[in-house]
Amino acid sequence: MLKFCMRIFSLFALSASVLFFIFNSAFAGNPTKVGFVYLTTPGDHGWTYAHELGKQMVEKRFGSDVKVSVVENVPEGPDATRVIRELAKQGNEIIFTTSFGYMEPTLKVAKEFPNVKFEHITGYKRSKNVATGNIRFYEGRYIQGVVAGLMTKTNKIGYIGAYPIAEVIMGINSFAQGLRSVNKDASISVIWANTWYDPVKEADAAKVHIAEGADILAQHTDSPAMLQIAEKKGALGFGQSTDMSAFAPKAQLFASINNWGPYYIRKIEELKSGKWNTGDGPDHWAGNDWGGLKAEMLLISKFQNMPDSVAKKAQEALNGLKSGKINIFAGPLVDNTGKEIIPAGKSLDDGALWGMNYYLKGVNGKVPG
Amino acid sequence: MITFIPRDKVSKNWTIIGPILSIFLTVFFGLLIFTFLGYNPLETLYQIFLSPFSRIDRISDIFVKACPLIIVGIGLMLCFRANVWNIGAEGQFIIGTLLAGSFALLFPSIETKFFIFIMIVIGFIGGALWAFIPAILKTKLNVNEILVSLMLVYVAMLFIDFIVRGPLRDPMSFGFPLSKPYPEGAIINKIPFPGIGYLGQLHYGILFIILLIPISWLFVNKTLSGFKINVLGAAPKAAKFAGFKQNTITITVLLISGGLAGVAGVIEVSANIGQLQPEVSFGYGFTAIIVAFLGRLNPVGILFAGIIIATVKLGADNAQMSMGIPKVVTGLFEGILLFFLLTGETLQKYKIKWSKVT
Repeated sequence: MLKFCMRIFSLFALSASVLFFIFNSAFAGNPTKVGFVYLTTPGDHGWTYAHELGKQMVEKRFGSDVKVSVVENVPEGPDATRVIRELAKQGNEIIFTTSFGYMEPTLKVAKEFPNVKFEHITGYKRSKNVATGNIRFYEGRYIQGVVAGLMTKTNKIGYIGAYPIAEVIMGINSFAQGLRSVNKDASISVIWANTWYDPVKEADAAKVHIAEGADILAQHTDSPAMLQIAEKKGALGFGQSTDMSAFAPKAQLFASINNWGPYYIRKIEELKSGKWNTGDGPDHWAGNDWGGLKAEMLLISKFQNMPDSVAKKAQEALNGLKSGKINIFAGPLVDNTGKEIIPAGKSLDDGALWGMNYYLKGVNGKVPG
Repeated sequence: MITFIPRDKVSKNWTIIGPILSIFLTVFFGLLIFTFLGYNPLETLYQIFLSPFSRIDRISDIFVKACPLIIVGIGLMLCFRANVWNIGAEGQFIIGTLLAGSFALLFPSIETKFFIFIMIVIGFIGGALWAFIPAILKTKLNVNEILVSLMLVYVAMLFIDFIVRGPLRDPMSFGFPLSKPYPEGAIINKIPFPGIGYLGQLHYGILFIILLIPISWLFVNKTLSGFKINVLGAAPKAAKFAGFKQNTITITVLLISGGLAGVAGVIEVSANIGQLQPEVSFGYGFTAIIVAFLGRLNPVGILFAGIIIATVKLGADNAQMSMGIPKVVTGLFEGILLFFLLTGETLQKYKIKWSKVT
């Protein structure tokens, strides 16, 4: 018996050492090694899928000049620290950590690897070798508001929020500004799903909105579940992060698409040419790569399931935002209790957007917490 | 119908062959699946089982990952030995962390070298309090502890969520649900090794396991209380005849296991996260149930079970990094491993009898 065990063990040990040798000598050549950390899997068809598409653009653009490693389904805690550290140890020269909760883990590992560049997506803390990138998602929501205002018959808009944090709230407020620019009678009701990704909860929230009379749905959560419900119940809605028309060909009006590819490519090019930097400035948000429609980090999918006249208005809003003619948060702004936020002639700056803890006029209820 | 009949005697040989056979079958099916999916099967197996041992800092990562699993698993061992089904260690973990973390954030200026030890005690109390609810409901009202402890997990999750979004949210966090960073004294440091520096995330919290395993071994094997717990689980009637107070034992094991889950949370968060956030446990409380059973409800077994589970989890990440194997595939493999290990163990103890339903 014992002998048998010993044999098995020695077999294991032998194969281990052989394999180890093979792997240590496997990688020759000199491509730039790039690491990605995903929160969920590309199968979410939302947030992570958008990053996956960005990664594919990187691979297409650089070909064999890069070697990409991906780790998916990494929880935002100690596992993240370990995975990011491991990616750094394996010689990745630039590592993209693609969820807010990776902020502290990224900073922690970055301190240990001063020669590796880190790109944290949607965070606000930077250091010498940690840059941050984010998309002005709220710009797309303004156009959603315009389309919703023109398309709604019940004047009730159902909005599904993930968590009551500034990023989501500025999206709701931006939607409200778009909505009220074309329709002063419509208003938005918000249901908090308290999750970024849970198709069941998202579907439930959509059903409640429709039962309460909403005919246009918008979401700040990641799955196509809301649109699928809209499709079934004859409501309309907007896709999130990626084009979701395949899930709801008759319900999706358009989708705001997160286009990370160009950003990734630019940062990798900067790294290759030795020009990589965090672009840090004195203002907290300056230096953060926060691009929107103009920078083409946010794209708008085809306008569909709407009359040409509405599509034309939507296109105008899109053009206006791109050219800077439309300033979404220009004063006078009043919150939904009538309190003045900013007088006429002034407009909210980026810092003020990240401090939003109130709803603007056009949104029902109040921000929880 | 299938019935399981306990074997009179567990064969000594099979206790050795069983696990080896289980591993062999796992490897076999793993090879099949990986080949079928087009991955190099040997390389995949190497990544999953052996790559976590290929560097010293990777080995230390195994212990870091296994640490909370082992601590929670040891607590659950006591419950399961007494036939008390605490499924809610996850919730006890969270409440222990939350209570200790709140203490650290509310009284950061208390100057004492023992700050972290105070937190550990508070964490124990927090976890025990959360486990006290199913304990008291079971002993006073005969409410099923499985349901109560499980449902309290979700209460705990929402509670910590509420706390870090509201009362304890860092005002500098731009609305993101995060507490302030813990004060210096509340952090469990990494262990420095002369000449090498730090080994991954290896921290002083590991020392707690080194203490806990022998103590728990002595407790279950050499003390009267441990004996009472074993008897209550193995033969409740005998325990009653012997005059053991069943309710006291039930409450005690639940309090200890809840307390240990709380301590695991304090150590995990103080060593690896350093602040409160909506998610502090990542299924540790649930995974520890598997660890406890895989370790055959025995402290040393639980140590190894924790290491096995941690190894496979780390190996799965490595396989992804170096070979691009998605987590669903490695997860499948993990499932196969657990299936064969637990089946093997069951078949050692039980005979299967097939009979027609009449």
